[in-house]
Amino acid sequence: MADQDTLLDIRNLRIEATIYAPGEKPRDAVIVDDVSLKLERGKVMGLIGESGAGKSTIGLAALSYGRGGIRLAGGEIWLNGREIRAAGPGMLRRLRGREVTYVAQSAAAAFNPAKRIMEQVIEATLHHGLCSQAEAEKRAIELFRTLSLPEPETFGKRYPHQVSGGQLQRAMTALALCPHPDLVIFDEPTTALDVTTQIDVLAAIKNAIRETGVAALYITHDLAVVAQVSDEIMVLRHGKMVEHGTVQQIIEAPRQDYTRALISVRSIDHPEATPTPEPLLRVQNVSARYGAMAKDVLSNVSVDLHPGQTLALVGESGSGKSTMARVITGLLPPRAGEITFDGKPLPPALNQRSREELRQLQMIYQMADVAMNPRQTVETIIGRPLEFYFGLRGRKKRERIQELLDAIELGKGFADRYPAELSGGQKQRVCIARALAANPKMIICDEVTSALDPLVADGILKLLLDLQKREGVAYLFITHDIATVRAIADSIAVMYQGRVQRYGTKTEVLTPPFDAYTDLLLSSVPEMKLGWLENVLETRRMESAGN
Amino acid sequence: MKGIPLSALLGMAITAVFFLAALFAPLIAPYGMSEIVGDVWEPASRAHWLGTDNLGRDLLTRMIYGGRTTIFVASAATLVAFTMGAILGFTAAVYGGWVDQVMSRGNDLVMSIPTLIFALVVLSVMPVTLPILIMVMGLLDSTRVFRLSRAVAVDINVMDFVEAARLRGEGQRWVIFREILPNALSPLVAELGLRFIFAILFISTLSFLGLGVQPPMADWGGIVKENREGIVYGIPAALVPAIAIVTLSISVNLVADWALNRTTSLKGGRGG
Repeated sequence: MADQDTLLDIRNLRIEATIYAPGEKPRDAVIVDDVSLKLERGKVMGLIGESGAGKSTIGLAALSYGRGGIRLAGGEIWLNGREIRAAGPGMLRRLRGREVTYVAQSAAAAFNPAKRIMEQVIEATLHHGLCSQAEAEKRAIELFRTLSLPEPETFGKRYPHQVSGGQLQRAMTALALCPHPDLVIFDEPTTALDVTTQIDVLAAIKNAIRETGVAALYITHDLAVVAQVSDEIMVLRHGKMVEHGTVQQIIEAPRQDYTRALISVRSIDHPEATPTPEPLLRVQNVSARYGAMAKDVLSNVSVDLHPGQTLALVGESGSGKSTMARVITGLLPPRAGEITFDGKPLPPALNQRSREELRQLQMIYQMADVAMNPRQTVETIIGRPLEFYFGLRGRKKRERIQELLDAIELGKGFADRYPAELSGGQKQRVCIARALAANPKMIICDEVTSALDPLVADGILKLLLDLQKREGVAYLFITHDIATVRAIADSIAVMYQGRVQRYGTKTEVLTPPFDAYTDLLLSSVPEMKLGWLENVLETRRMESAGN
Repeated sequence: MKGIPLSALLGMAITAVFFLAALFAPLIAPYGMSEIVGDVWEPASRAHWLGTDNLGRDLLTRMIYGGRTTIFVASAATLVAFTMGAILGFTAAVYGGWVDQVMSRGNDLVMSIPTLIFALVVLSVMPVTLPILIMVMGLLDSTRVFRLSRAVAVDINVMDFVEAARLRGEGQRWVIFREILPNALSPLVAELGLRFIFAILFISTLSFLGLGVQPPMADWGGIVKENREGIVYGIPAALVPAIAIVTLSISVNLVADWALNRTTSLKGGRGG
């Protein structure tokens, strides 16, 4: 029996799954291998690692639950002094939603859209018969207040689609905290949110954890985020523990190389280039809207992109960044304004553009897996632009494909593979090669790194910069990630509600004095420092008091 | 060819037997197609494995020749239905807008008339020859394929890789045949098996009603029609084609199921 202070004690946990690869015999894979962790009451432990590290699997194991096909194969999971890995369904039913609760990444997908929020928040509490409905509702309203949700008294009466994403994520936290659990599993609760929203949710979660004294496992891939809420951090990779220590020790004195790599991510140093007299792409006073919408999605936007340089478009979701890409590519002809490319006006609609104009302007997408036809091999994917634009065939085409594969640092064997046989980073590299195959003057990169793990994203950014140096291609880089912008941009346009809020060279934009929105955006980016969250909130409180 | 499940092997074997019998009918059939070789409705014997029919022709011979007609007409009609339906469906999805509206509503219009009645009306004014029969059946069935392929293609059409192809400047033909078709194959293959069986039932129904394959040519529906009075006297001759239809249906679908599993694999159907 463990001592009284230990809430969760996982010993030598081993988790397996059977993999049914098409055309192969089913085989067993080890998802989590020999992981042990101990969590005291009221403490928060951060689990961090890239995708496939097994962090979510370990989190769910604390509820003694394995997602489809996953087996909790070995080891022990002690919760509140009881072993639950081998526990029967009756005991688990009493335990889940009462002693341990779970906050999922996508609150929008986790809430039932047909029921009001209150009904769902108190459901587990009532189901376990912990208290009466009136008491549960009172508790929920208190939690709404703790989580600084608007109008806590009536918030629960709304349906999930009537509140914003950040509010829904906080409602989900209330849902998890309502039955007075001993342990909450937070599974990437802020990953899907904008930075400006993330900071509020993060502050709310931290506040709620402190007030209720609950213990938590906080799962994320963002070390800067986890540093704000946790007491301890465990770094995982490939299902094994890499390092475990207090937040301070992990951030200030990491012992393992992998942890050091995670901390120093985005340390790319890119000296900013000066604007040339003649821009490659000139967007002048462009306004655009979708279909019969009454409001412009883009209004009066003007930016320049200089040859061989990078212009970053930054902003939160809904700010019009991706619409800008659609306008430039011709998918959405603008309502007003003009786009000049290489000194000549670019026809507004895609089907009016010549093949040569199309060739000069290529695009790389956020989701590499849907940006490639799953039924074409890498060779076909990269080879098609060569064939289409340059009429290359046979040996010449194969040689050029090999050159491109070398340029994206993939070896020989990749030409015959299908996209499903590539990892996330490799897929994105193939998409880059496809864009490069056209020998373009400009590539639009639409959130190309946001679906990737930090270290993989770093590799992609380095590759893009490298290619820019060699091929002299210009990038229009659309992102919500300020760290990426700092790393690669020459000039920056900050977008907010369809307008360019701030525009200039990197130094100009990132040097104070800031306008209100840019300040909010920049200060919301988590920094890998202890107490960063408190500092930001304190500064903001002082500023608003001063006003 | 290893790794094929037993069910698919069984299905393939039975389907192959049917198709081979159809293909080599004159070589396999013990007697001539319309040769009268015995008494009316003789029971099964060594000379006549399935007995004889209402005119004293050998039933096995009739079944083999009948299968030839039925399978040929059904395959050809299915082919017509799929070519027409898939191409039109993909076109509607890719062009969208009013092209899609006109095509889809036109399709709804044809579908709103019961197929059998439509076919009966058309065939009663047109001369019933095999090509016309095949075209009528194929066109009517293509409405179903149109709906399915349009629905599938609409989903694929909004994927990033299709947009990437458009941004590259590819024409609609490339988009339809190279980007969409390979990704729409799995549901289409599943539908193919089903449609083929419906085509067999359809041609059999038409023949039974006297508007399908005309005598003296044999086909399964016609054999049921010719021998239906025998059932009253306990003569099973009319049931033999029914058994053949059921057996063929099940085995074709076993194969279709397996083909579906193969094409769903993201290795492009090369694995397995």
